[in-house]
Amino acid sequence: MRAEILARLQAERAAQRPVVLLTRLSDGEQHLWPQEALPAMLAEAARAALGAEKAANVMLDGEAWFVHPHNPPLRIIVVGAVHIAQAMAPMAAPLGFSMAVVDPRRAFATEERLPGVTLSTDWPDEAMVALKPDIRTAVVTLTHDPKLDDPALDAALRSEAFYIGALGSRRTHAKRVARLKDLGHDDAAIARIHAPVGLDIAAVTAVEIALSVMAEIVAARRGAALGQPRPIPAPEQGRVSIGIGA
Amino acid sequence: MSTDTTQSEDILAIAARWKAEGEQVAIATVVETWGSSPRPAGSRLAVTASGRLMGSVSGGCIEGAVADAAKQAMSSGEPALLDFGISDERAWEVGLSCGGKMKVFVEPLT
Repeated sequence: MRAEILARLQAERAAQRPVVLLTRLSDGEQHLWPQEALPAMLAEAARAALGAEKAANVMLDGEAWFVHPHNPPLRIIVVGAVHIAQAMAPMAAPLGFSMAVVDPRRAFATEERLPGVTLSTDWPDEAMVALKPDIRTAVVTLTHDPKLDDPALDAALRSEAFYIGALGSRRTHAKRVARLKDLGHDDAAIARIHAPVGLDIAAVTAVEIALSVMAEIVAARRGAALGQPRPIPAPEQGRVSIGIGA
Repeated sequence: MSTDTTQSEDILAIAARWKAEGEQVAIATVVETWGSSPRPAGSRLAVTASGRLMGSVSGGCIEGAVADAAKQAMSSGEPALLDFGISDERAWEVGLSCGGKMKVFVEPLT
């Protein structure tokens, strides 16, 4: 790889633009798409690889090309610069997410409390317009305060966000559901909200709750069928199966 | 099994930093896998001639062999496409014990 290609690739990634690195495997010739004009077949493979978030191999004129997509990070928008948000922040980046925290309470939304996180002190409805949650975004509300949580959930439900979670007990959520229905959201929309938020790992501390929320977001991203019993694979012939109680 | 290519560590950034520090650097990338290979296509490993290693192309099974090939690529200046799998004597020696097969592209950073 030439240093010049690497620098351009990193610049695109730093600007959070989707970019595909194409490598001819016979000699290491490389191109970036969509920044360079390429033969239609390679351009199409690059577009498909970005969409599928999956690398691919294609043949063009008898030459093998490796098509390597680099999508911008997935995003998590958290409403509420609270203790759980602080615990989520250091988990987000290593899991491949960039995190934004929205909280108009300026005492909470500070750089000192949330280093390295995009902060917004706008009201959640305005913040959500600016942040534009999309299909690569998770939205989590943590304030317990309907004035802050509801507008964010309303906006999230009107978006394609791949995950929506709301902190609060079942009772709190029942009241929230009634309010969201008044805003015009039907049962199918409401069913998109994970509440109580997070996988049930009997979390107690803020860090444990953060872990359960992050795990649930990862599960949603990977399409895991959580909440359903996992099939136990049949033991291979000749192998001794041990210890799974009937 | 995961199919995407995002990595938690930015191996390209590490490679660029090593290069800026005056190291000779090569980048290895998994380009194709079959069967139960531990790392998906797109996984990267950065290697220096001085022996620094970051990232991974397998669960540790073939990193040593890939690092050797990377050193060759750095001295020749030429990329190489490596095949690992149970049908491959050499790969068997280095132990891709998961039973999968994979191709790894190794290129010097020039």
